[in-house]
Amino acid sequence: MSERRQRIQVVTPERVVYDADASFVVVPGAEGDLGILPNHAPLITMLKSGPMRIRRGDRELRYVIAGGIIKVKDNRIIILTGAAEEPSGIDQERARAARERAERRLTAQRPDIDFERARAALMCAVARLRADTSPHRR
Amino acid sequence: MPSLRDFRTRIKSLQSTQKICKAMKAVATARMAKAQVAVTAARPYARQIHEVLGRLSQAAGDVKHPLLAVREPKKVCYIVITADRGLCGGFNSNVLRTVLREVAAHPDAALVAVGRKARNFFRFRRMPMEAEFTGLGEDIKFAFARQITKVPIEKYAAGEYDAVYVVYSKFVNILVQQPTVVKILPVDPPSEQAGQEEKKKGPEPLYIFEPSAEAVLYNLLPKYIETVIFHALLESKAGEHSARMTAMEGATKNTEDMIGRTTLRMNRVRQEGITKELLDIVGGAAALE
Repeated sequence: MSERRQRIQVVTPERVVYDADASFVVVPGAEGDLGILPNHAPLITMLKSGPMRIRRGDRELRYVIAGGIIKVKDNRIIILTGAAEEPSGIDQERARAARERAERRLTAQRPDIDFERARAALMCAVARLRADTSPHRR
Repeated sequence: MPSLRDFRTRIKSLQSTQKICKAMKAVATARMAKAQVAVTAARPYARQIHEVLGRLSQAAGDVKHPLLAVREPKKVCYIVITADRGLCGGFNSNVLRTVLREVAAHPDAALVAVGRKARNFFRFRRMPMEAEFTGLGEDIKFAFARQITKVPIEKYAAGEYDAVYVVYSKFVNILVQQPTVVKILPVDPPSEQAGQEEKKKGPEPLYIFEPSAEAVLYNLLPKYIETVIFHALLESKAGEHSARMTAMEGATKNTEDMIGRTTLRMNRVRQEGITKELLDIVGGAAALE
C-alpha cells in the first residue's frame, strides 16, 4: 500500500524553517514550477527565487525562498535554501529598496559588478514583493 | 610598610575587579548558550548539503570544475578566524600560533583575517592581508560567510591560489577549544562517506537530476564552501564565549584568593599596631612608677 504522505523540511543555513508532513508541495524549480505529490521519484534539482506552497490537509502555507536545491527521496523532501520567509513577515519597504538597488546595479554596466549575483538579488526581491501583493489563490 | 588605609583601598579595588569578572562570566555564559543553539540550528543544513554534494559527485563522475581542480600547493591562502575581543584565555593566541606555524611552511601565504584580534596581530607583525573582516557581532548571518569566501573562491578559480585553508577554534566542548586547520579548496567531494552510508541501506536509487548532475554540482559547490565557513564562524563564536567563561571563572577565583591574602596581611599589620600601642602604654605606666 502506498503511503499518501510525505515529509518536508525547509532548511536554511541558519535554522530549520519548516519540518512537518505535507500532502502536496509546489516549488519554483529552475526550469519551471514543480508540484510534488507523495511517492515522487528520487530527484535533485535547483530552485530559483520565488514563492513555494505547502499543502497540508486543507491548509496551505506559503513561503518565499531565495533559490536553492531540492532533494526528494522516499517521501522525504528536503529544500535547502538561502532564506525562507512567510509572506506576512516580508518587509515591503526593504524588499522594494532591494529591488531598486538590484535594478540600479544591473543597469550600471560596471565591470566590477557581479552580474549573476545582481540578477539573483533582483529575482529574489521581485519574488518577495509579488508574494505579498498577490491575492491568495486556492 | 603599607598602612591600614592602603590595605582597605586595595581590598575595595579587588572587590570591584571581582564584580566585573563575575559579571563578564555571567554574560559569557548567556551568550555561549545562545551561540550553541545557533550551532545546533545550523547543523541540519550543513549535513544535508554534505550529503547532496556526495550524491552529486558520485553521479557526475569526473567533472572538471575549477573548484575541484587539485594543483601543486604553491600559493596557499589561509582564512583565519578569531574573536573581536580578548579576555578569553588562550583562545585567540592558540589560533594565531597555529597560523604562524602554518605560514612558516608557506612563507608567501595569503591571509584573510576574520575578527579584530587576527587583524591586529597581522598588522602588528606587518604581515600583509588579502582581506580583513571585523565586527562580527553576536548574531552571525550567513551573508557574512558569503562575503568572506567570495574573494578566496574567485582567486582559487582563477588559479591564483592553489589551496585555501581555514584556521579556527573548533568547539569540542565547553572546556576545550581545539585550534584546527581545515582545507576548503580544492573541495574533497565527500563521496566515500556517503557511499558507506548507502551500503547499509542497500542500493542507491537513481536520482533524476535537473538540468544535470554537473549543473547542480556547479551551483552547489560555492554554497558548500560558504557553509563550511559559516559553521567555522559559529563554532568559533561559541568557543570564544566558553573560553571567556572559563577565563572569567578563574579570574573570579583569583581575586577571591587575593582578597583573602590581603585581608590576612592587613590584620597582621593592625595586630602589630595594637601590640606596639600596648607596649607603649605598659612602658609608659612602668616609667611612672
